[in-house]
Amino acid sequence: MLREGEVRIPSGCAISGIISRRGRLTNGEKIITSIATMHDRSNGLGGGFAGYGIYPQYADFYALHIFYDDNEIRKEAENFLYRNFFIVNMSMIPIRKTKRISDEPLILRYFVKPLDARLHETNLDEKEFVARMVIKVNTTMKGAYIFSSGKNMGIFKAVGYPEDVGEYYRLEEYDAYCWTAHGRYPTNTPGWWGGAHPFGMLDYSVVHNGEISSYDANRRYIEMFGYQCTLMTDTEVIAYVIDYLCRRQGLSMEETAQVIAAPFWSTIEKKPPEERALAEYLRNAFSGLLITGPFSIMVGFEDGLMALNDRLKLRSMVVGEKDDMTYIASEECAIRVIASDLDRIWSPKGGEPVVIRVNREDK
Amino acid sequence: MAINYIYPVYEVVRDFGRCVNCKLCVGQCANGVHFFDEKKGVLRVDDAKCVNCHRCVATCPTRALKIVKSDNTYKENANWTVDSIKEIYRQAETGGVLLSSMGNPQPLPVYWDRILINASQVTNPSIDPLREPMETTVFLGSKPDRIVRDAQGKIVDNMSPQLKLGTPIMFSAMSYGSISYNAHASLAKAAEKLGIYYNTGEGGLHEDFYRYGKNTIVQVASGRFGVHPDYLNAGECIEIKIGQGAKPGIGGHLPGAKIVGDISKTRMIPAGSDAISPAPHHDIYSIEDLRQLVFSLKEATDYKKPVAVKVAAVHNVAAVASGIARSGADIIVIDGFRGGTGAAPTRIRDNVGIPIELALASVDKRLRDEGIRGNVSLVVGGSIRNSADVIKAVALGADACYIATAALMAMGCHLCRSCHTGRCNWGIATQIPELVARLDPEEGCRRLVNLVTAWTHEIKEMMGGMGINSIEALKGNRLMLRGVGLNSKELEILGIKHAGE
Amino acid sequence: MLRIDCEGKHFSQIGQMIRQTAEKEIFVDNAQGHRYIAAGVGGKNIIVNGTPGNALGAYLDGSSITVNGNAQDAVGDTMNDGLIVIHGNSGDAAGYSMRGGKIFIKGDAGYRAGIHMKAYKDKFPVLVIGGKAGSFLGEYQAGGIIVVLGIGTDSKTNVGYFTGNGMHGGKIFLRSEQLPDLPQQIIARKATAEDMAEIEKYVGEYCRYFGGQVEEILNRDFYVLTADSANPYKQLYTSV
Repeated sequence: MLREGEVRIPSGCAISGIISRRGRLTNGEKIITSIATMHDRSNGLGGGFAGYGIYPQYADFYALHIFYDDNEIRKEAENFLYRNFFIVNMSMIPIRKTKRISDEPLILRYFVKPLDARLHETNLDEKEFVARMVIKVNTTMKGAYIFSSGKNMGIFKAVGYPEDVGEYYRLEEYDAYCWTAHGRYPTNTPGWWGGAHPFGMLDYSVVHNGEISSYDANRRYIEMFGYQCTLMTDTEVIAYVIDYLCRRQGLSMEETAQVIAAPFWSTIEKKPPEERALAEYLRNAFSGLLITGPFSIMVGFEDGLMALNDRLKLRSMVVGEKDDMTYIASEECAIRVIASDLDRIWSPKGGEPVVIRVNREDK
Repeated sequence: MAINYIYPVYEVVRDFGRCVNCKLCVGQCANGVHFFDEKKGVLRVDDAKCVNCHRCVATCPTRALKIVKSDNTYKENANWTVDSIKEIYRQAETGGVLLSSMGNPQPLPVYWDRILINASQVTNPSIDPLREPMETTVFLGSKPDRIVRDAQGKIVDNMSPQLKLGTPIMFSAMSYGSISYNAHASLAKAAEKLGIYYNTGEGGLHEDFYRYGKNTIVQVASGRFGVHPDYLNAGECIEIKIGQGAKPGIGGHLPGAKIVGDISKTRMIPAGSDAISPAPHHDIYSIEDLRQLVFSLKEATDYKKPVAVKVAAVHNVAAVASGIARSGADIIVIDGFRGGTGAAPTRIRDNVGIPIELALASVDKRLRDEGIRGNVSLVVGGSIRNSADVIKAVALGADACYIATAALMAMGCHLCRSCHTGRCNWGIATQIPELVARLDPEEGCRRLVNLVTAWTHEIKEMMGGMGINSIEALKGNRLMLRGVGLNSKELEILGIKHAGE
Repeated sequence: MLRIDCEGKHFSQIGQMIRQTAEKEIFVDNAQGHRYIAAGVGGKNIIVNGTPGNALGAYLDGSSITVNGNAQDAVGDTMNDGLIVIHGNSGDAAGYSMRGGKIFIKGDAGYRAGIHMKAYKDKFPVLVIGGKAGSFLGEYQAGGIIVVLGIGTDSKTNVGYFTGNGMHGGKIFLRSEQLPDLPQQIIARKATAEDMAEIEKYVGEYCRYFGGQVEEILNRDFYVLTADSANPYKQLYTSV
């Protein structure tokens, strides 16, 4: 049987997210409770979480979470890391053994900074350097896989139901100002942990529900800019698209949403001249990054969270608000179970991004 | 008198039970096949003159005529085919270079027919194009490689000039001279109605058609016929013709006999003088010279028009395209070896160049590998026969397709491949006024609009089936294609998997 | 009057300045390979000092250009109307496909001068080369006049090889002691008084720009080359 990355596996899913605009921390148990409500939307073949603000003691370091097939590849990869990074801390990621999660790889965590000499030598800015090193490990070292690479954030994922994955990673020991979670329903048994969501690149993490029909158009476009899609999943390509548009092209999340879920031309034509010109420009300039087919995604980033539906709104997504807290999930029940009393609850329109930014001074 | 070795290919069969002796066929055939034998009082035929254009068949009011292939036979020989024998006889008789028209008719692989299209089932919904929006609008031109903001943080519009097409289909270059005034008029009107573009070809632009400028691409070929600043500014885009799929590597030649009246005026050469387009542009002997021509055209038109460069699909087309993409050109046009022509040496038409499917796949891949696919748009032509070919081309990586043979057929062409004789009974590839008058531009336009509209509907249906509601999400989306009956090398070049994989 | 100093400027800036100015008189100083000067421009008088780049006066539409120096390749490419005067030599393919206007080159022209020149009605291109011309002079020529004066040269023909290949219209005048080897389809003859009357005014114009005595120049043997047919390839094909 072909492993994930060797074959494209469509999958359906559940997503859930919590964020505090004031940067107040929420314990990991909450997000597990939320995603567990939508148990039937996943099939036990993948679950995962991303937490922002979980590593305040190492906030200035990139937290690399890595899966290794064995110690041999671990040694090789660590040698590579030593040559490129200053490593301030490394450890196994704490886990809790459970019968429901099996076939686990070695899972390690490193807090790193690029070596000045290497930055100088490669003439790259810090983020680009880290991104390239991550891609290098993931594409050239078989059996090593960096699945989280942001600062003061971390992705935790495995093959299993999301609630079991949360328990396995002992998420109750982490507090975050923003959490996202994912339960996966892939159409085969990949047996590999890297394919679970969230998918991350630097601070960006993506959870996604749906199957995009533009996959290969997007993949072949984004691969022009040094990205290599090794998993053949929608989530992976969407993460790279977001990284490219936001970090490398400097677009805001709202502008990015106008690219990937661009309004229909007929809608663009009805906008006032200035808005229309911008919408037309963005859609035309990055036409290869228009994503079609059903999707609802949540993108975690340094300053907040963006949620977006495809422009036909073929997937469900609900947003709830209470004071400074915003909850987003595939189904309302996943919000009500952790926040029964809401100020407001609504379903965003297709293609209209919901962007919540954390006010960091408030934090 | 020397013996004529060549027996006619066709027999014109008249059903005398149906024929009412109206003699319409006599008037309809410019080749002089039909004639009335006054002595015997019957209509007779000279089969040898028949090109099988079906004009008489289609216009006969009692359906008394049909054209069949002669069953006169040579001794069977799998190596020396009938055609190859006849060509030897013809050349031995005349000492001439064999000349033919329209695209390569040889039984070489048609890869389109070995590629199948995907559809959604369960994991991803198909979309109903009759009720949900389905977008086929395409912009052609170079895209900016980075976002620039002004002091206020607003995104600066640094987009190069673009062509906007309502559907990814355009009418490709056919010069005034190779086709008739009424054929050009039909194409121009249809392009305007459809919100697409037609291409003047290299014969200049007739003064009557300047008003279709918003839907016109003007061509500059090596002969520079009719090229002057007003012409360059008349259309929305300038296409530099380097090569043509039907005859890569050679120039063009419109015989003086066709340089008459308005053709002479439009090409700006004296009537009766041959219009010779040299094989190369004599200011382009190298890729850096191409850059020179691209920018001299941009300078002459104040950078207001995208510049396209059209090349024939040849062996190193990927490297050629890479060079073009770095030359300042905004659009690359690739013409495959099955593309049509008003006249080409037969040997070249049938033996030079490569299939457009393979050329497109390798060019798109090469430009992506080099990270410069966004510098240019890619337009392909060379026998796009139907809407499925368009879908497959876009999924392989094309931005849009050029059609010409299909457009001619919409106007009445019966693909008799005799354009070079100048006696087109359908009024298309001729300058004989009585023949030209047979093509009504309004009717030609109506049929062209119908064709492209029908194809666009079909494109939307197929897109919807794939769960794609915007053509840009299909561009280069090769996962939507599977090969069938192709070997692994062919699949590798096409960048697609085999059906069942 | 507008003065443009090319120093430090990209060709596109110079082009824009020429296109946008309302001034009729433009000096382009310190040209150093700046391409496409006056491409497609009409109604201006442009004086170029230095070495202009390729495609000087391409698609020229009625302006006059004077170059104080040598010009590079493709001068007057596809020129429609106007005047180009070069106080020096020109590179290859001067006057490629020009349909109208006049080009005067004081010195020598490179390969393929006047290639595919053509004339139509009141459009009549003239290319006068003071020195000698390279090979393939007048290749595919379909109309207009090319004059090679051979002033100050000691060569017997003043042209390279393959003069007039594929020529099917127009005239080439060679001021030389003897004829070069010519392709079959070219008819060559000594110029008659009538022929000379046709070029006298162009030689006069040459002398006005660059000096020299008209009578002295004309008082030598001239050959006239024309094509035997406007349809040189008629017999080449047989149709299937």
